[in-house]
Amino acid sequence: MDWQMLTLVGEDQPGIVAQVTDALYQSGFNLGETSMIRLGGNFTIMMMVGSAQAQGDLTRQLAPVAEKLGLQLHLDPIRGALHQHRVPNFQVRVNGADRAGIVARVTGVLAVCGFNILELESDVVGTEQEPVYIMTIQGYSESTLESLEAALGELKAKDIDVHVSPIETLIG
Amino acid sequence: MAILEILKLPDSRLKEIAEEVTAFDDELHSFISDLEETRLDGPAAVGIAATQVGRLQRIVIIDCSNTRKPVPNHGRLVLVNPEITEWDGFELGREGCLSVPDYTGNVIRAEKIKVKAMDPAGLASEYEMEGFEARALQHEVDHLDGILFVDRLVSRRTDLFQRKVYRKGGAQKT
Repeated sequence: MDWQMLTLVGEDQPGIVAQVTDALYQSGFNLGETSMIRLGGNFTIMMMVGSAQAQGDLTRQLAPVAEKLGLQLHLDPIRGALHQHRVPNFQVRVNGADRAGIVARVTGVLAVCGFNILELESDVVGTEQEPVYIMTIQGYSESTLESLEAALGELKAKDIDVHVSPIETLIG
Repeated sequence: MAILEILKLPDSRLKEIAEEVTAFDDELHSFISDLEETRLDGPAAVGIAATQVGRLQRIVIIDCSNTRKPVPNHGRLVLVNPEITEWDGFELGREGCLSVPDYTGNVIRAEKIKVKAMDPAGLASEYEMEGFEARALQHEVDHLDGILFVDRLVSRRTDLFQRKVYRKGGAQKT
């Protein structure tokens, strides 16, 4: 199956997923892995969309529903396939007063350690006067816990509160 | 000795409730040997339930003595007719399952439990378990009740429900 990555962004409202996926289904497309989340009140979704046979121009087939729902639509051909999951073995949590450069610094240290980020979520919470930054990262690294802690420890000296812990996935 | 076939989602037998074991005989012991051989055959599984090989009887094996970071554990346990009698605390952790290949997800489990069970000879005993071992036992006992971890998934964004903020007589207002 050839997969394409469909990205939709727009003002959130109930029923978007139902209408978009119905349009895909009616046009003969299948869904692979998908991820939807609200960011800053916006609806955002990325979907692996595929079809066994050529089904024509997906952008044109989705245009009516995207227009009706006020969604920006973006489509890219991708390489890749299903059943490519990697299991994370470390979690990194960061929180503290919001300021510029936290993500770049933390992920920069992780990149040097050969840490592959598999999932990252960050949010600015608290109040407008006192914004608080929270980030969780799950990923895979061959490094030891001690060496990750040592590398991230340098950030603590710069007042970034960062914790790394191993994830032991239970298989049963 | 034989390696048994692992049932995979969506096999409907995984949703059945398993029956109590009443005969502690050679046939049971031979099955337990096969079940353990099957557990060790696949990817590093810390537990297996009889339901996962299509035998709908209340038998589980857990062994948390070989984790990357050592955790409190009782070694390898073969538990017949296990019953969780007490639960305490909540903990979020990542689980996968021999019956659900290529998927892992977050599940909330009790942090500490008390368990009553029999051994393969029919002798009763009790255990107190915590953390990873408690999680493994809850995962396996779920199998005996026809429940998979995918039935208990929570979103990555889900916060643990903090019971500690509540007190007798209602939440304290500050």
